Amino acid sequence: MKEFLRRTPRYFTSPKQAEQQIPDDLWKKCPGCGELTYTKQWLDNAKVCPKCGHHERMAAAEWIELLVDKGSWQEHDGDLQPADPLHFVSPRNNYAEKVATLQEQGLNESSVSGNAQIEEQPFALCVSEFGFMGGSMGSVMGEKIARAAERAADEGMALVTINASGGARMQEGILSLMQMAKTSVALARLGDVGQPHISILIDPCLGGVTASYASSADIILAEPGAVVGFAGRRVIEQTIRQKLPPEFQTAEFLLEHGMIDMVTPRAELRGVLAKFLRLYRRQSVRA
Amino acid sequence: MTAPELTPWDTVQIARHAQRPHTLDYIRGLTEDFVELRGDRRFGDDAAMIAGVGRFAGQTVAILGHQKGSNTKENLKHNFGSPHPEGFRKALRIMQHAAKFGFPLLCFIDTSGASPNLASEERGQAEAIAENLLVMADLPIPIVATVIGEGGSGGALAIGIADRLLMLEHAVYSVASPEASAAILWRDGAQAPEAAAAMRITARDLAEFGIIDEVIPEPEGGAHLDPVAVIAQVRTALQQHLDAIAAHSISALLEQRYHKYRRIGVVHERQAALFDSR
Repeated sequence: MKEFLRRTPRYFTSPKQAEQQIPDDLWKKCPGCGELTYTKQWLDNAKVCPKCGHHERMAAAEWIELLVDKGSWQEHDGDLQPADPLHFVSPRNNYAEKVATLQEQGLNESSVSGNAQIEEQPFALCVSEFGFMGGSMGSVMGEKIARAAERAADEGMALVTINASGGARMQEGILSLMQMAKTSVALARLGDVGQPHISILIDPCLGGVTASYASSADIILAEPGAVVGFAGRRVIEQTIRQKLPPEFQTAEFLLEHGMIDMVTPRAELRGVLAKFLRLYRRQSVRA
Repeated sequence: MTAPELTPWDTVQIARHAQRPHTLDYIRGLTEDFVELRGDRRFGDDAAMIAGVGRFAGQTVAILGHQKGSNTKENLKHNFGSPHPEGFRKALRIMQHAAKFGFPLLCFIDTSGASPNLASEERGQAEAIAENLLVMADLPIPIVATVIGEGGSGGALAIGIADRLLMLEHAVYSVASPEASAAILWRDGAQAPEAAAAMRITARDLAEFGIIDEVIPEPEGGAHLDPVAVIAQVRTALQQHLDAIAAHSISALLEQRYHKYRRIGVVHERQAALFDSR
């Protein structure tokens, strides 16, 4: 893909790599299979390993660049900022400071929202920003998704959400839990006007996000290999002392158990979305 | 009540007290002719979630509630009040059943959370909770939910979207248990008392955030010391709130329910705080 996707690749710091003295930006070592790929080829492949198909996590801006018609993206509610309603302080985790640090790094919040088009079909889009506190859902994400659902209902278009999240944002306490309710009431209204919510689950998607808007969608897609579930593997292994199968909570596991409609490789996603947008387009509402 | 000030961690202990009245105690104390309705018609029946119909205050109501036990044997039967997906789907069935017959819905929240295990994940724990949230958002009957003990995370919220949300004085309601919060944020589950304070999980906190509509007082020392008195308090509160919301049309009720949840959260828009749950 374009210059746009050129970020400093991760996973280059292992001693073994350093010994081999490979220039940092020339080759990408796949965290899935360990094979090296020429970085440009890897970026052109939307950060999917050409050898094993491992889908590397992407930032919200990269998703938007990959999926939507060039020039069609219009961000909404980019000025919403997290507050600190609990005045949350803990030895490891002072919420206000953490937010300030991340914002200095140029990350705004854990969700980016806007309107866009695919093949000239308009829709509302919310994309998780996993790099901001693990894509956790606090008041801002809840508000952005609720507004996006309302915008989609008002303008008679579909809502697409791309979801990677560790769950509710603990630092906002009960207010973060209630964002599960807030997004649900807004999505119920979108359903009332006959517009679909298409949810795309990417790695990892857990907890309060999976247990609310991301799983109540009309259509649910997931990326190959994405870990999706309610309670994380570690939590289950610790609390229940249960041995879990290796494929547990992967997209393929969910497909097999009837929880999602399809596992969609990244390269096919734009085409699949275009098809859904065509199929669910309501002429009467659009007119 | 009065007496020495309880710490949030003290409150957690009272909220979890084994002898505290549980859902079935409220059902016995509040209703006549209660009939338990069982099974999700999909997979099984989950004893962690009680569902049924009965008479309350002169009308038929549908009831849902997490059921904790008072001893080990009961707790094993009811899985400590932590439902599997079939428990939430039984609840969903009864919600839709109540709507079909126009019965108001009373929910009693008392769970440390949805059951985390392989079977739950295979059967779609997240989807089961998510679907309940979506359905409760515009379920066309009055809903009154009461947090009677522990309100834990998504498993609590899955029967917790309501026109009125009440909470017993020594109940707690949180996004994650104090132990889980401490494990995540302090990297040390032993810091649960500190997490209980930092997470703001008491009835007083939730009233301050504008999440709950009424705090129902408990006898000094907690509900377990006088269950009859606390059940009588709950009866009065439920009657008042059911009467108050019965005055509205269903469409007005759904509009109010929408705004009740839609406004929750605190965000800054540029510099000014525009959204405040209070």
